[in-house]
Amino acid sequence: MSDTTDLKALSRRQVILAAGCGALVASGLALAPRAARATPADADSLQAALIGDAKPIDGKVSLRMPKVPDNGASVPFTVSVDSPMTEEDHVKSIHILAEGNPAPAVASYHFTPASGRAEVSGRMRLAQSQNVRALAMMSDGSVYQTVQNVTVTIGGCGG
Amino acid sequence: MSNDTIKTRVPATARKGEVIEIKTTIGHDMETGQRQNASGQTIPRRIINKFVCTYNGKEVFVTDWYPGIAANPYMAFFLRAEESGTIEMAWHDDDGSVYTTSSEITVS
Repeated sequence: MSDTTDLKALSRRQVILAAGCGALVASGLALAPRAARATPADADSLQAALIGDAKPIDGKVSLRMPKVPDNGASVPFTVSVDSPMTEEDHVKSIHILAEGNPAPAVASYHFTPASGRAEVSGRMRLAQSQNVRALAMMSDGSVYQTVQNVTVTIGGCGG
Repeated sequence: MSNDTIKTRVPATARKGEVIEIKTTIGHDMETGQRQNASGQTIPRRIINKFVCTYNGKEVFVTDWYPGIAANPYMAFFLRAEESGTIEMAWHDDDGSVYTTSSEITVS
């Protein structure tokens, strides 16, 4: 590598200065917005965009997924809501939010009474250990939620 | 447009009113738009952003997907079998392509 020969020509002080600059550049990159992780506040604003002013009530929704998945790149989950799924009383949508992902939105599922059962399974990406939220919007306008904490040892968003 | 990587499992027959499970997968990178290639350029986002299931022409289950959905998306969901007919599924790609498949179901 040509870098090594260049370094030999530098004094010890120059090397230390260069290393310092490198660290500054690196920390500057880490602060750049596109590298930032989502925070629970980002998830809150997304949640507000999805469900409006409704206040989510704990319960009715169940989010089943491994507490410590093998790999964050593909984490299996099943979300279901206790509902008769009739014309008068059914689940309209389920939203999945991952608070610690670069973008907190995972998926929105829109049901109809023809769904028969408010349940769906899939696989999501998780970048780091975090809380995953499931929000269920009912046909009467109420919103139910559940939160599940997941520990991720191998992140799943590449890079 | 058809896609070789689509796999679906839809029961061929059902009793009227029975709730059936449908399993689907499609081969797709679901590129998040967060990754960089070896020379440091960001790889542009390209995911399947929408899935639509219709039952005899009526939309019964629609989903919006974001980059948080894993590659080669698998999904299982339910439908109430009310009449014989066609269950059609469509995956909408960021690049505008729509991949479709359909299955016949006999309801007795």
